[in-house]
Amino acid sequence: MANIEETLIPKIGVITDVRIDTPDVKTFRVVTPDGKKAFDHKPGQCAMLSIPAVGEAMFSITSSPTNTEFMEFSIKKCDCVTEWLHQAEVGQQITIRGPYGNPFPVDDEFAGKDLLFVAGGIGLAPLRSVINYCRHYRDRYGKIDIVYGSRSKADLVDYNEIITEWVTDDGIDVHLTIDNAEEGWDGHVGFVPNYVKELGFDTNKTVIICGPPIMIKFTLEGLMTLGYEKTQVYTTMELRMKCGVGKCGRCNIGDKYVCKDGPVFRCDQLEELPDEY
Amino acid sequence: MRKCKTDALDAVFAEIAKSSLLYIPTDTEKGAEYKKWSDGMKMSNALNTVRSPKDFFFPQTEDLMEFKVNGKEIEVIDTRSEKEDFVVFGVRACDVKSFEILDRVFLIDPCDSYYANRREHSTIVSVACTRPVETCFCQTFGIDAAAPEGDVSCWKTDSEVYFKANTPKGEALLAKLEGITVDADDKDVTAQQEKTREIMKKLPLAELSADKFGAGKTEEFFNAPEWDELSESCLGCGTCTFVCPTCQCYDIKDYNTGHGVIRFRCWDSCMYSDFTKMAHGNPRLTQKERFRQRFMHKLVYYPSNNDGLFSCVGCGRCLAKCPISMNIVKVMKTIGKSE
Ligand SMILES: Cc1cc2nc3c(=O)[nH]c(=O)nc-3n(C[C@H](O)[C@H](O)[C@H](O)COP(=O)(O)OP(=O)(O)OC[C@H]3O[C@@H](n4cnc5c(N)ncnc54)[C@H](O)[C@@H]3O)c2cc1C
Ligand code: SF4
Ligand code: SF4
Ligand code: FES
Repeated sequence: MANIEETLIPKIGVITDVRIDTPDVKTFRVVTPDGKKAFDHKPGQCAMLSIPAVGEAMFSITSSPTNTEFMEFSIKKCDCVTEWLHQAEVGQQITIRGPYGNPFPVDDEFAGKDLLFVAGGIGLAPLRSVINYCRHYRDRYGKIDIVYGSRSKADLVDYNEIITEWVTDDGIDVHLTIDNAEEGWDGHVGFVPNYVKELGFDTNKTVIICGPPIMIKFTLEGLMTLGYEKTQVYTTMELRMKCGVGKCGRCNIGDKYVCKDGPVFRCDQLEELPDEY
Repeated sequence: MRKCKTDALDAVFAEIAKSSLLYIPTDTEKGAEYKKWSDGMKMSNALNTVRSPKDFFFPQTEDLMEFKVNGKEIEVIDTRSEKEDFVVFGVRACDVKSFEILDRVFLIDPCDSYYANRREHSTIVSVACTRPVETCFCQTFGIDAAAPEGDVSCWKTDSEVYFKANTPKGEALLAKLEGITVDADDKDVTAQQEKTREIMKKLPLAELSADKFGAGKTEEFFNAPEWDELSESCLGCGTCTFVCPTCQCYDIKDYNTGHGVIRFRCWDSCMYSDFTKMAHGNPRLTQKERFRQRFMHKLVYYPSNNDGLFSCVGCGRCLAKCPISMNIVKVMKTIGKSE
C-alpha cells in the first residue's frame, strides 16, 4: 500500500530565500532538500504548504513554470499558517503538495492574443506566474498591458521586478496605481476599476483579473461598459480548501469544486455558478 | 443460490471469522450497531443501524501520516498500512448503495488510498428488508429493499437464510460456507420479495419522487423562496450529516503528541458556520445558505457530476435524528412548490 501514491502525503520543501515585499507580504523561495523544484506546474496552479502542528493552506505558485530551479510563493500574513511562515528563516523546512487546480489557458485561448492583466494587492501573486510565462514566450502573444494597484506604494507586491524588468520590456505597458496620493509617488492615484475605465482599452483583448472580490466585481462592470464580453475575461477564485482534490467538499459551489475545476474560471462560466463566492 | 437453517447462522459467522474480521449489526442500549463478531453474538433484527456503515471505509477520524520535527527539519512518515480482510454482514439495500456514492468521490483520480485500501479488503454481505418502516424511501432512488446489492445478497426467512453471490469476492466467501449451506431454489425468496414490495407500496413515502431534481437543475431550485422557512429552525448541529451514509465532507487537522505530529482527518459538516469561513469573509453567511448547500448537493450538484445519481439513498436516518424534525423529505416536498 505504501507504494501507491497518496496526494495528501506531502513532500519536504526548504525555504531558500525570503523577500520582504510589503508590510504584510513576503515571498518565499522553495526547493526540495536536494535543491530541485518540487514538481512542475502551469501558470495559475497552486500548492498546499504546511507546517506540522500549525496547519496547511493553499497558495498560488507565483513563479513561472519556465523557472526550472525553484518555486516562489507570495504570502500575505493572515493568521496561523501565514503568520508562522512570516517568522520563518532561510533553511526552514515546510511541507508541500500539488500542483492543484486548472491553469490559465496560456497555450490555447491566450495564444496570439493581446493580453490585459488587472490585479489588486496580493492578487498579483497568481498573475505574476502568467505574466512571466508570457514574457518568456514573448512572440506567442500580442501586446501586453498590466494594470496593478494597491493601497499604497509600499503595498505593491513585486515592485522591484515590475520597475526593473516588466516596464523595460518591449510591447509591455505597465500602469500602476495606488489608492491615495503620497509623497514620492508621481504615478496614478485611484482605485483599479476606475483606472481601467480611464485607460479605456480596445475590446480585442483577453483579460486576466485577480484581486479582492469587490475589485473584481467593479472591474468587470467597467469592462462591460467598455464593450467587453464575459467570454474574454478570466479570473482565479479563492475559497476555503482542505484536500485540494475535490473530495473534502470544502470548496464546492454548485456542481464545481474550485480546487479541481478552478481556481481559474472564465467569467461566463463563473456566471453559471450559484452566487456563493 | 445457497441456503442454511437460521440456527446455522452462528456456524456461518464462525466460519467467516476464521479467515477475516467479521462485523455484524447487534443490539446495544443505543440501538443496533455494527460490532466485531465474537462467539455467541447475535445479529440484530432491527431494520437498520443507528450509525451508517460508512465508518468502515471513511471512519469518523483517521490518521493520515506522521511528522517528526527537529529544529528546522521535518520528516514525513507514511503511516499507511495494508488493512486486514474484513466482512460486513447484514448491510441493508440503502446502505449498500451508499458505498457506490462514496466510491464515486474517493476512488476517482487522484484515488484516496486510505479509502481504497479498506474497500479492496472488504466483502459486503447485504440483507434484504422484510419490514420497511414509514421513514424508508429507498424506492424514491430506485433502490429495491427486497433485492439488495453487495458482494453477497442474503435473505432471511422464518427458518432459513438464503445467499446469492454477485461478485468474485462474494463467490469466494460462499465457497468457504459450502460445508454449512446447501443448494436452494429461489421460491421462498421470490415469495418474500413480493411481500416486501407490497409493503413498500403502502408506505407513507411510497409516492415521493425525486424526478424534478437532478443534474443541471441549479437555477430551478437555488433561489427558491422556500429555503427561508425550511432552514429557519435548523440548529446547524450537523447531526444529519454525521448519520448520513453518503455525507463525505472532511477536515484535515494536526495533533501534537509530544513525540511527533499526527495529521488526521475527521468528518466535517457543511451545516457548520465555519465550514467556508475565510480571512476576507464567509460566502455562506447564514444557516440558510449552509442548509441549502446540503440539500442542493444531494439533489442537484452530485447528480450533475455523477450521471444523474442522487446522493441520498432514502435510509431515513436524518428523518429519525434531526432534533427539529427537518429532513430531506420535507425539502423535496416543499422546494419549488410555489412555481
Ligand atoms: C486557490 C487559492 C490560492 C491562494 N493563493 C494565495 C497566495 O498566493 N497568497 C496568499 O497570501 N494567500 C493565498 N490564498 C489564501 C490563503 O490560503 C489563506 O490566506 C490562508 O489559508 C490563511 O491561512 P492561515 O493559516 O494564515 O490562517 P487561518 O488561521 O487558517 O485562518 C485565518 C483566517 O483565514 C481564513 N481562511 C482559512 N483558509 C482560507 C483560505 N483558503 N482562503 C482564505 N481564507 C482562509 C480562516 O477562516 C480565518 O478567518 C489562496 C487561497 C486559495 C484557495
Ligand atoms: S439524506 Fe437522510 S435519508 Fe438520505 S441518505 Fe442521508 S441520512 Fe439517509
Ligand atoms: S437539519 Fe436538523 S440535524 Fe441537520 S443541522 Fe439542521 S437541525 Fe441539525
Ligand atoms: S479543497 Fe477539498 S474539495 Fe476542494
